[in-house]
Amino acid sequence: MFTLRVNGQTQTFDGDSSMPLLWYLRDELGLTGTKFGCGVAACGACTIHVDGEAVRSCVTSISDANGKSITTIEGLESEGNHPLQKAWRALNVPQCGYCQAGQIMQAAALLKQTPHPTDADIDGTMYGNICRCGTYQRIRAAIKQAAGA
Amino acid sequence: MTKHIRGIAPLGIENISRRGVLKGMLSTGGLVLAVSVLPGRKALADAPKWGAAGMPHGTVNNPLAFVSIAPDGTVAIVCHRSEMGQGVRTGMPLIVADELEADWARVKVVQATGDEAKYGNQDTDGSRSTRHFLVPMRQAGAAARMMLEEAAAKRWGVPVSDVEARNHEVVQKSIGKTLGFGELAADAAKEDIPAVGSLRLKDPSQFRYIGKEGINIVDGFNITTGRAIYGQDVRLPGMKYAVIARPPVMGGKVASYDAAETRKVPGFVQIVEIPAPSYPMAFQPSGGIAVVADNTWAAIQARKALKIVWDDGPHGTYDSKVYRTALETTARQPGKVLRSEGDFAAALASADKKVEGEYYIPHLAHATMEPPSATCRIVDGKAEVWTSVQSPQAAHDLVAKYLGLPPENVTVNVTLLGGGFGRRSKPDYAVEAALVSKGIGGAPVKVVWTREDDIHNGFYHTVSAERLEAGLDKDGKVVAWRHNSVAPSIMSLFFPDPKHEANWEAGMGLTDMPFDISNISIENGEAEAHTKIGWYRSVWNIPHAFAIQSFAAELAAAAGKDQRTFILDLIGPPRIVDVASTTPKFWDYGENPEVYPIDTGRIRGVVELVTEKADWGRKLPPGHGLGLAVHRSFVTYVATVVEAAVDDKGKVTVPRVDVAVDCGPTVNPDRVRSQMEGAVIMGLGLAMMTEISFKDGKVQQNNFDDYQVLRISDAPRETHVHIVPHGFDVLPGGVGEPGVPPVAPALLNAVYAATGKRIRSLPLGQQAGV
Repeated sequence: MFTLRVNGQTQTFDGDSSMPLLWYLRDELGLTGTKFGCGVAACGACTIHVDGEAVRSCVTSISDANGKSITTIEGLESEGNHPLQKAWRALNVPQCGYCQAGQIMQAAALLKQTPHPTDADIDGTMYGNICRCGTYQRIRAAIKQAAGA
Repeated sequence: MTKHIRGIAPLGIENISRRGVLKGMLSTGGLVLAVSVLPGRKALADAPKWGAAGMPHGTVNNPLAFVSIAPDGTVAIVCHRSEMGQGVRTGMPLIVADELEADWARVKVVQATGDEAKYGNQDTDGSRSTRHFLVPMRQAGAAARMMLEEAAAKRWGVPVSDVEARNHEVVQKSIGKTLGFGELAADAAKEDIPAVGSLRLKDPSQFRYIGKEGINIVDGFNITTGRAIYGQDVRLPGMKYAVIARPPVMGGKVASYDAAETRKVPGFVQIVEIPAPSYPMAFQPSGGIAVVADNTWAAIQARKALKIVWDDGPHGTYDSKVYRTALETTARQPGKVLRSEGDFAAALASADKKVEGEYYIPHLAHATMEPPSATCRIVDGKAEVWTSVQSPQAAHDLVAKYLGLPPENVTVNVTLLGGGFGRRSKPDYAVEAALVSKGIGGAPVKVVWTREDDIHNGFYHTVSAERLEAGLDKDGKVVAWRHNSVAPSIMSLFFPDPKHEANWEAGMGLTDMPFDISNISIENGEAEAHTKIGWYRSVWNIPHAFAIQSFAAELAAAAGKDQRTFILDLIGPPRIVDVASTTPKFWDYGENPEVYPIDTGRIRGVVELVTEKADWGRKLPPGHGLGLAVHRSFVTYVATVVEAAVDDKGKVTVPRVDVAVDCGPTVNPDRVRSQMEGAVIMGLGLAMMTEISFKDGKVQQNNFDDYQVLRISDAPRETHVHIVPHGFDVLPGGVGEPGVPPVAPALLNAVYAATGKRIRSLPLGQQAGV
């Protein structure tokens, strides 16, 4: 039996201990904001926060998350008004939008550590998050806008 | 500048839509081009007069299909095209809302199910939505507005000339009484639908939204908060999850399998055999073994435990290295002549200088961020599907056919698409979901493709060898031009492999070459298909434009001229290029050449604009170079300048890109810019690192670790998009695709400018360092 907190709520699970958090969140809890993109930590679409750190939920097993606190895009800010979410909307960053929850979660972890990131900080941290629509220029701009740069 | 003629029917233009081709192949009946009207109502429309008329189900002008107004005034507008990032769920309803005089803040967007008889064509591909539906959507909005005005006039007992819809209400002009849209909705719905000829469209100077800045995408909140639902996100009560083991080689099938270990995996539910497809493949599922489980992870684990012996079939020896040699050998032989003008051989023989170039462009996989997925349940003989497809009607028709259900018993709900790029024009995965659901007694099931499934079982961009030869006179003017394009055809999906590019494939950048050259031979050699070839964003324009625009820069270098000066000379004076007169069955995106001619004035225009904005010739640091390319596709004109920086190890980075686009008038200029920005990223990716290769008939790449795509760290520091302004006297061109073709040649031309190295084989990889 595993116990973890997801977006502030306590959850328990007694299934397969090797199940990645990605599938637990999506299939068991119905939190589909965390996206499946690659399954091998190569695209960043499934990025969530575990105890405040950005991790790839597709390669983090539920047993590794036992006793920890999980935040998904649904729980980033109760009204959906995290500065990054607002900046993303103001600059119309998304195209198809599929990768953007992962992008925002990764960027939120970046801003926590580095409140005023440089271009090199942004590229160095966001490198793992692929966007096939090619919204990278606006992602950089939105991160800077949210940082108040 | 050419005068554009409005509203000439593209008669006699061959239909080449994805589904048009498919329908012919499957003999499901002729194309239906009729305009649909509600029974008992006056016909709204004469036959549509655009390229849309050549598409299955054309356009529908019935405002009641697209607009409904609630008593509280909320206006619901249906978007019948699929949203994959191009902004169509914002753009199409915006057009209706503007003509309707609706307040955009009080509009909600409703996604249509697959139902073309009701909505008109829904194939969201070919960069066609705005091109084909700007006018029909304006008409739908105007008709609804006039019905509201008619209802208000009756309510007040005044002539309709005394009332006017303004910003979500109808105003009685003489005394200023008003009625909200919500108060009039019920009465308005009873009014006759005005005939198209009687519609009063707004003067474009009165547009509130169309062509304006500051329009936010309608799904922005849901996307940024994780609420947006894509095909992969669909959930139904009691739903099971399935993954499918598919043949790794096209044409392969299951010889035998052993599921003993699979059945032991916790959460395993059932095996469903998916039958091997018949040939040609078209959009059929590949066949294989579906594993159904209680959750996605269990399904993936259970599939891993399957032991399958595959019969690879006739394509099990497909090898990209061997195949490349064959393509290049063919390209050096004479090909089938598609377009001939003057006397190429004689002109080359007497030329002062001869130049040759051979170019290679590999297969690509779309790798949409959302891997394919579809969910289906079948209750009481009725199937309902939820999926992310570009062609919901094709999904509908195929599901009905495979399940043996009457069409009216199948519903296809369209979710958001996590990228499209042409992959989702093929609804094979919707059929898979239907077959798996049927196999488990109709229970709801979601078929999930993993990334490996997506990379291994796609419909790949063609692989191409392009050979060019030219002769220059003593002044450096091109007097002879030969181009032989050799690549497997998409038509191999639908017919016994024709081994030649269809006229619509060649029409994408090969036969429509617009240069001012007297002696031309455009040819196409034979190439067999050994995998599924499909449409990939901008399609054949990728290899054709890469070769032509690289070669044009090589000729400039051979002539000792500046690339910009040289390409403007090559384009020649502003004129209409009449390719159809020398090219049998010439195809130009299904559009009437009278309406969308090949206009060299507009080609020159984007070259002049982009080079001015990019400050062509600007002083650059050592190791940097500027490259230029221009290409017309999807009846839109795009020129691109790339600045490349090459370090001493040969690593290429891109500090800046400028794009000039002439797509006629714009509905939502921000989404035109975003499409160009995205096209730059996709174009740089395929130019620099993206490649699918085959060995033993199987794709050698697996996932994003070995199928490289452009990441933020490789993205240009600056991309500037410059839109050529137009009024609505010009018709719109495509936007989703035309940004892609010029990017790769512009990059490699920039690398040449920086290093003197001419790279003719994509992707660039480490070649700049050799």
